[in-house]
Amino acid sequence: MAQLIQDRAAIVGIGQTAFGKGLPESELSLACQAISAAIDDAGLRPADVDGLAMFSMENGREVEIARNVGLGEITYFGEVGYGGGAGCGAVGHAAMAVVTGQCEVAVAWRARKRADKGSRPWANVAARLGGAPQWSRPFGLLRPVDEIALLARRYMHEYGATRDHLANVALAFRKHANRNPAATMYEKPLTRAQYMNARWISEPLCLFDNCLETDGALAVVITRASRARDLAQPPVLIHSFAQGFGRQHQVMTNYFCDDPLLGPGWACAKRLWANSEIGPRDISCAQLYDAFSPLVPLSLEAYGFCDRGEGGSFTDDGALEWPHGRLPTNTAGGGMSEAYVHGFNLVLEGVRQMRGTSTAQVERASSCLVTSGEGVPTSALVLRRD
Amino acid sequence: MTESGFLLPDLQDPESAPFWEATARGELCLQRCSGCGRLRMPPRPMCPHCRSTANEWPAVSGRGRIWSFAVVHPPLLPAYAEFAPYPVVVVELDEDPGLRLVGNLVATPEGPINGVDPATIHIGTPVRVVFARVGDVSLPRWMSAAAAD
Repeated sequence: MAQLIQDRAAIVGIGQTAFGKGLPESELSLACQAISAAIDDAGLRPADVDGLAMFSMENGREVEIARNVGLGEITYFGEVGYGGGAGCGAVGHAAMAVVTGQCEVAVAWRARKRADKGSRPWANVAARLGGAPQWSRPFGLLRPVDEIALLARRYMHEYGATRDHLANVALAFRKHANRNPAATMYEKPLTRAQYMNARWISEPLCLFDNCLETDGALAVVITRASRARDLAQPPVLIHSFAQGFGRQHQVMTNYFCDDPLLGPGWACAKRLWANSEIGPRDISCAQLYDAFSPLVPLSLEAYGFCDRGEGGSFTDDGALEWPHGRLPTNTAGGGMSEAYVHGFNLVLEGVRQMRGTSTAQVERASSCLVTSGEGVPTSALVLRRD
Repeated sequence: MTESGFLLPDLQDPESAPFWEATARGELCLQRCSGCGRLRMPPRPMCPHCRSTANEWPAVSGRGRIWSFAVVHPPLLPAYAEFAPYPVVVVELDEDPGLRLVGNLVATPEGPINGVDPATIHIGTPVRVVFARVGDVSLPRWMSAAAAD
C-alpha cells in the first residue's frame, strides 16, 4: 500500500519580499531574500537546508541560490514546469522529498520581475512559430488573457455565467486585499460600477478580470512533521498534494480536446481528494489560482465545491468573501489584488490561515485548499492545522 | 516576427507543413490517421487512439460553426494593434465537432480581421473557410456561411 504524504510533511517557514513594479533587485536577489527570510522564520539555519524545489521558469538556478544563501550540501533538487501550474507542485515535490528521506529540509520558492514589460513571454516573439502557437498566434490570439477569454465566453454561453459572477470574484479578492498592508491594492477599493465600466482587454474579460503585474519573491521551508514540532512556528501540515492534466490537454489553448471546459484541475482534484482524509465540504477557506477571474468558477467546479456549470452562481451572495462567505477565497487578495507571483503568494496565504495570522483570518480555520494555474498542467495542496 | 508584423507559422515544421501547403493551394486539409481513419487537430506524429504513425492529409469540407469568440483589445503587438479591437473565433468543424480551429472572422475573403462587427457574432453561427495571403503564408479565415454561399 502506498505511503501517502498525509500530514507527514509540514511548512515551517515563510518569507517574502515587498511587492512592486520595477524593483531594482535582480530576480536572483529577490529569491535569496525571500528564502533567507523563510529560513529565519522557521528558526533554522541556511546550512540546515538540503533540498530545493523550484519552478522550471525560475531564472536563478539552484547552485546560485545555494551559493548566495549559504545552504548546506544539497541532496534533492527538482523543477516543476508550466509556469503558474508549478507552485503547489514545487511544494509537493519538496514534501515528497522530505517524507521519503531524500532530504531533511527543503525550500520551494518563486521570484519574478513580471512588471518589467520585457519579461512578458508573449511579447518575446520568435520569427516563425512551430508547435502549438502556430494554431492560434497568427490569428491574433496573442496573450494568455486572449486564450482564456475564448474559454470564458464558451463557459458563459454553456452555463449562463455572467459578468456579474466574474465581478463577484474580482470584488471579493479586492476587499481582502484592502485589509492586507502587503497587497498591491491595499489602499484601492473597487466598486461593481468601476468593474462594469472598465476597459476591455479581451472580451468578455475586462481589466479587472486580469491579475496584476508584480515584481517580488516568496519562499516556504518544508520538513518532516515530526521535526517541525520542535521549530519556531506552529507547523502547517501538508495533508494532500496532487498534480494533474487531462486527456489531450494543450497548454493554455486547450480547445482541441473533447471538453475544453474540463480543465487540468479535474484530473488534479481527483488525485488530491483520493489522497486526502477530508473533502471539499471540510475545507475552511481556499486560495484559488486567479490569473484571470473565470479560472475561479472553473476551479470551484473542478475541486468539487459545486456541480459543473454552477461555479458562476456559487460566487453569489458574497460566498467568496471574508468573514461571512461559505468559502472565503484568496483572503490576502490573490493574484488579482495582492500580487501576481505565479500564484506562489497563494501558498503563503494558506499557511497564514492555518497559523491564524491572515489579515482576513477565517475563524477556527482548520484546513485550506491551495491551487495552482488552471489552464496549464497544474497542482494543488490541502493544508491543515497541526 | 515577419515583415508583415504578423506572427506566421514555420513552414518547415515537418508536423504541420502539409497543412500550410494545402492552404497555399486554397484547401483546408487535416491530418488523418492511416491506421484508424480518425482526423486529428493539431497534427502530431502518433495517433492517440491506435498509436499508428502513418497519416494522410485529406481535404475537409471547410464548414463548421462558431464554438466561441473573443474580441481582442490592446495592448498588442503593433501589427495586430492596428486592427484592434478584432474578433478571434474558435470554429468546430462539421466533420466532427471535436475538431476545432482558431481563426479570424472576415466579411470578405481578403477583408481585414476587424471587418465583422463583434455585436453580430454568435456562438453556433455556421461559417465557411476562405483563405487570405499574409506574407508567404495563406491563412485560413472564416466567413459567415450565409454571406459566403
